[in-house]
Amino acid sequence: MEQTWRQARGAFAAIAAPPLVWLLLFFLVPLGVIWAYSFGENVGPITIDLTGTFANYMRALEPLYLGIFGKSVIVAGVTTLLCLLVGFPVALAIAFASPRMKAWLLLLIMLPFWTNLLIRTFALIAVLREQGYVNFGIEWFWNLASSARELVGMAPLGDYEPLTLLYNNAAVIVGLVYVHLPFMVLPLYSALDRMDRSLMEASLDLGAGHLRTILLVVVPLAAPGIASGVLITFIPALGSYLTPDLLGGTDSQMIANVIERQFKKANDWPFGAALSFLLMYLTFFAIAAQALIQRKPGRR
Amino acid sequence: MTDLATAPAAKPTPHVKENAIIRFENITKRYGKVVAVDNVNLEIREGEFFALLGPSGCGKTTLLRMLAGFETPTEGRVFIDGKDVAELPPNKRPVNMVFQSYAVFPHMKVADNVAYGLKMDGVDGGEIKRRVEEALELVKLGGYGDRMPDQLSGGQRQRVALARALVKRPRVLLLDEPLSALDAKLRDQMRSELTSLQEKVGITFIMVTHDQDEALAIATRCAVMNRGLLAQVATPADLYEFPNSRFVADFVGSVNMFEGVLDKDEQDHAIVRTQELSAPVYLDHGVTGAKGSTVWVALRPEKIEMHKRPEGSSPMKMEDAPAGTNVVAGVIRDIVYLGSETIFEIELESGRRVRTFRSNLTRYDQEDFTWDEPVWLAWHACSPAVLLS
Repeated sequence: MEQTWRQARGAFAAIAAPPLVWLLLFFLVPLGVIWAYSFGENVGPITIDLTGTFANYMRALEPLYLGIFGKSVIVAGVTTLLCLLVGFPVALAIAFASPRMKAWLLLLIMLPFWTNLLIRTFALIAVLREQGYVNFGIEWFWNLASSARELVGMAPLGDYEPLTLLYNNAAVIVGLVYVHLPFMVLPLYSALDRMDRSLMEASLDLGAGHLRTILLVVVPLAAPGIASGVLITFIPALGSYLTPDLLGGTDSQMIANVIERQFKKANDWPFGAALSFLLMYLTFFAIAAQALIQRKPGRR
Repeated sequence: MTDLATAPAAKPTPHVKENAIIRFENITKRYGKVVAVDNVNLEIREGEFFALLGPSGCGKTTLLRMLAGFETPTEGRVFIDGKDVAELPPNKRPVNMVFQSYAVFPHMKVADNVAYGLKMDGVDGGEIKRRVEEALELVKLGGYGDRMPDQLSGGQRQRVALARALVKRPRVLLLDEPLSALDAKLRDQMRSELTSLQEKVGITFIMVTHDQDEALAIATRCAVMNRGLLAQVATPADLYEFPNSRFVADFVGSVNMFEGVLDKDEQDHAIVRTQELSAPVYLDHGVTGAKGSTVWVALRPEKIEMHKRPEGSSPMKMEDAPAGTNVVAGVIRDIVYLGSETIFEIELESGRRVRTFRSNLTRYDQEDFTWDEPVWLAWHACSPAVLLS
């Protein structure tokens, strides 16, 4: 089948050509232009000379920017880890739900995808800000505790000081976890759902409790799903722009925010291009690492 | 009933003890409105190789999974070794299971698979090593400890599953359709190996199967289930020769069934009249049924003898038929040659078709009869089973 299909060159070309042309024109060519810019110099407000200099990369490797790169990796890493910790039980629960429930639960996981990221982020601001629902909730309990103290004759607690939950690193991570959770849950779910249930039953039957069954049987067998979940969570988290921009403070910007500034306010396209490519190399590194991990148990 | 109708001697089973190791008491399992298991009462004795036999969906697997702890009965109680196990989770029960898919952990070496259960029990390292080797020897997989499961054949993986369960020295070993995934030759071999393995370790084995040949060949006793109900619990020979219902007679082996009316029921003989046979069926034993009630006569194909019937000859007399007292005329309509035996399909005068088997005792036996040949069919008065339901 496959061979005869390939032999029909005309049909193959007719189907393959449009997407190839599209990719070439609107992805590879612009990428090439940016790559060329990264070896250029600003000579006028809108003129860039391609001088072949490495100065942009040297500057990108200065401690200031390396620090931001490192911080981005840490924030994306923590986000991925939290997504894994939250997502694994969720995926497990969905995989074990009844077929009817399963459809609804998956819908709930995917629902945020249908909402614009900007709207979701502003919604999160409404939840986390000082006049937000988290603070309202705590205040309600605070007042309750306060009147309870009065009731038993103790001094009331005094006025509630709202917590500052926004514009810091924690807010960025909360936002990133919220945005990226579906990316983690879906591959985990598909790995767990495919798993032969009798393997878990065998583990229980042989004397393992539920926790040991999960650690010794479920997690190792779901490893490929975990690896792909980690990867497709980590990569977009590393390049996040909107979430740190809206939820972060002055000290919680990530590398994408710096890049954005180079292309807009700073008008330093060559430097922005160099930073972009460094970010891309970092991403390639993550993909290569994942491929290496997956190859190890890949006997089958 | 006369002597001939009594049960044949069971096969010697010295390792079977008197005490019931498993007891199901009024077990019912419902899934919503579907009744999977319907008020089952069953005792299985220590040392038995017991088979739960039935068509798919009859509740046999549900019953097995209740023993393992993967299902909880809706009503009733399950006792293992005299203890009510309702509250015990699977990992606390003194039973182990060999799964239909074998469920060998694909990410562990064979030895680690077998050691898994012992590690969970906190057995110390040296003993684990010794017992794992012993268990692998037992299932003839000595030296395979370092292999990964995907380097093994299906039969070998099953042996790993067996070793992994037996190494824990369970009180009862549960086997879910143990031979269904093997090819025919290997299945025959595993049948006898399972039997000798069970005799060697002396553990009670309980097997679920839909294959009646498998159950008859392996088990010391079988329970036939139908739609959640226990149809009959008996030794393989009793099941085959003395079925208690049409369902059992039909499910276990091949059978010719005639519906009739009980015409005469004496201490030493009975007569059943049926439209499907030209002559009434004479039985050499009494039947416990009311005269005039509907009964079914179940006759196994191999119990029918076939004789040549020259055209125009007078009806065969009883004393001429070596096989005994029941004789009917028919014509051969179909012949299926199977090598070791031949299946004949004979059309009776009533139009009803009857099957009979004939062993090919010599190399020329298969030429004795041909298509459209008139024959007499004869059988002993003790051969048919009379069924009241």
